Amino acid sequence: MSIIEIKGLHKVYDGKSLPVYAVNGIDIKIEAGEFTAVVGPSGSGKTTLLNIVGGLDEPTEGEVFIDGVKITGLSGKEKTDFRMKNIGFVFQAYNLIPVFTAKENVEFILHLQGKPKAERERRTKELLEAVGLGDRMDSRPNKLSGGQQQRVAVARALASKPKFILADEPTANLDSKSTDNLLEIMEKLNREENITFLFSTHDQRVVSKARRVITIQDGVVVSDIRK
Amino acid sequence: MKDYIKLAWRNIWRNKRRTLICAASIFFGVVLSSFMSSMQEGSYEMYIKTIVNFYSGYIQVHQKGYWDDKVINNTLDYSSLKTQMPAIKGITVSTPRLENYALASLEDITKGVMVIGISPQKEDSITNLSKRVSEGSYLADGDAGVILGSALAKYMKVGVNDTLVLLSQGYHGVSAAGKYPVRGIIKQPSPDLDRRVVYMDVTTAQELFSAQERLTSLVIMVKDADDVPRIKRELAAKLGEEYEVMDWKEMNSMLIKQIDSDRASGVIMKGILYIIIAFGIFGTVMMMTAERRKEFGVLVAVGMQKYKLEYVVAMETVMLGFVGVITGIAASIPLLWYFMLHPIPLTGQAAETVMLMGFEPIMPFSMIPPIFYYQAITIFVFTLLIGIYPVLNISRMKISKALRS
Repeated sequence: MSIIEIKGLHKVYDGKSLPVYAVNGIDIKIEAGEFTAVVGPSGSGKTTLLNIVGGLDEPTEGEVFIDGVKITGLSGKEKTDFRMKNIGFVFQAYNLIPVFTAKENVEFILHLQGKPKAERERRTKELLEAVGLGDRMDSRPNKLSGGQQQRVAVARALASKPKFILADEPTANLDSKSTDNLLEIMEKLNREENITFLFSTHDQRVVSKARRVITIQDGVVVSDIRK
Repeated sequence: MKDYIKLAWRNIWRNKRRTLICAASIFFGVVLSSFMSSMQEGSYEMYIKTIVNFYSGYIQVHQKGYWDDKVINNTLDYSSLKTQMPAIKGITVSTPRLENYALASLEDITKGVMVIGISPQKEDSITNLSKRVSEGSYLADGDAGVILGSALAKYMKVGVNDTLVLLSQGYHGVSAAGKYPVRGIIKQPSPDLDRRVVYMDVTTAQELFSAQERLTSLVIMVKDADDVPRIKRELAAKLGEEYEVMDWKEMNSMLIKQIDSDRASGVIMKGILYIIIAFGIFGTVMMMTAERRKEFGVLVAVGMQKYKLEYVVAMETVMLGFVGVITGIAASIPLLWYFMLHPIPLTGQAAETVMLMGFEPIMPFSMIPPIFYYQAITIFVFTLLIGIYPVLNISRMKISKALRS
C-alpha cells in the first residue's frame, strides 16, 4: 500500500475576476521510504499540493489517502489529530516556537501526544543528537543559526515518529554549507530509518539528492522521474 | 497544563517593554482605583460610625409612630418596656433617652436647644461622652445638673456652675420649666451637636417634661454590626405591635441614599478608568495576535488542537492583567494603610462643609477587603472579555493562510 495516494486532485481559488486553478488534476502515489522532490516554477502549485497532502488545506475536488486513511473530508479537529500522529512538517522559515529552547520545541510535540516525561526527555535527546545539536539543547531559536534552527525543525518533525515528512522549501533560507549538512541528515534518516520525505523545492542541490523528482507546471504533473 | 502555563508566561515576556507598559497602565489604574475606593469607603465608614456611635445606635425601640411624629406625647412607657424586653444574644448595652426641644436661657441670651435625657453611665459606655468633657465634670446618675456643647456654651456665654433655665412644653401639654446648674462643657466632634445639645440625667428630664417613666427611645448597641438584622427581627417579634423597632439604616435613610448615590458615581468614574485600561490591554493583545498569526498556524499544523492554543492565548491575556493587578494591589496596601493611620485633614471650605454636616473634617481611608478583590475581579472579567479576541481569531484561522502570513 502507498504511504501517500493522491487521486484526481483539484484546487481552485477565487481570483479577482477569474478562477485560479492552483492544482488541476493531479494523481500521484508515493511509497514508503521514498525521497521525493516536487519541483516547478513559482505559482506552479507545489505548496498548494503539499498543503493538501499535509491536511492543511481542503481540495476543491479529489481525494488524498495517507497510509490508506482518506484525510480529505476529515473535520478540523480530526485532521489536527491525524497530522500530530502521522505527518512531520519542516517549513521554509523554520517556524520554531521562539520562547522555547531547542529541547522544548522538540519535546512539545511529544507533550501534545501525551507521552510521559521520561520518554519525552529520552527521545528529545536522541533526536537532537541525531541532527548534531546535542550540545545546543538549551539554546533558544534566536541563539541558533538558520541551519541549526532548521535541524531543530527536522528533529521536531521526527519527534512524533510520523509516516512521512513534508518539507516546503526547507533549504530556501540556508547557506550552502547548512544546506549540505541538512540534506546529509535527511538522507541518512531516509536511508537508515526508512523515513519517507516529500519536498517542494527550487534548490538544485536538493533535486540532485532526490531519488524521485516530480515536476509540476500550472497545477499539473509534467514529469515524474525516478532515478 | 504546566507546559501551557510556561508557554503562556514566556509569551507575554517576548516583548518585555510592551508587556511592562501594559502592566504599568494596569498597575496605576489599580492604585488609583484602590485609592478612590478606599477614600470613599473610609468616608462612609466615618459617617456611619459617627451617626451610630454618637447618636442613633444600631437599633432603637420607640413607641409606635414616634419616628414619623417626634413629639413628647409619642413616648413609650419604660417600666412596661423593661418587663417585655427579651434577652437577645448579641446585645451589648441598651440605654434610655428622652429627647425634646426647649428654649435655653441665661440672662438676656436665649437659644433653641435639644434636651437629651440620658442614663449617664450607660450612655458613656456607648458614646464615651465623659472623655469629651473639656471643662467641669461629667454627669452622675440621678444628677440634677446639665452638660452642654462648647459651641452652645460659647454662644450663651455659659460657664461651669452657671445656671441654665430651660423652658418647654412637657408631656400632654404641661408647661415645662426648670433651672439647672451647668456641671460641664463638652467638645462634640460633630459641630452640629456641639451647637445645640444639652444633656441631663433621664430622670431629671422626665421631671422637667412631666413624663415620668417615659422615653422617646431605647438605644441598643450590638457586638457585631452584621447581627443587626437578626436582633432587630427578634426584638420586633417579641415586643409586638405596640413598639417600632428600627435599625440604623432605617433611621438614617437619607445618609444611606447619599452613600448609595455617591457609590454609583464612584462606579462610573472607576468604569471610565477601567475602560481606558481595557483599551490598553486590548491594544497589546491585538498586536500580540497579529504578529503571531504565522506561529499559530505552525502550532496547529504540527498537531496542537485549536482549543488548546486558544486556552494558552486566553491565559496570556489573563496573566498580563494579573501582573498589573497583583503589583497594583501590593503597592496599594501599604499606601492605603499609611493613609488609614494618617487621614488627610480637610481645610477651608471643604472642612467647613463637612463640619456643617456634623462630621469630622478629615478624609479617612478604609482597608476593607472588597476594595482589593473587586479590582482583581474587574480586571479578570475585562481580560476574559479581551481574551475572546485572540480566541475568535484562532478559531476562524485558516492554517494555510496563516502559514503564508
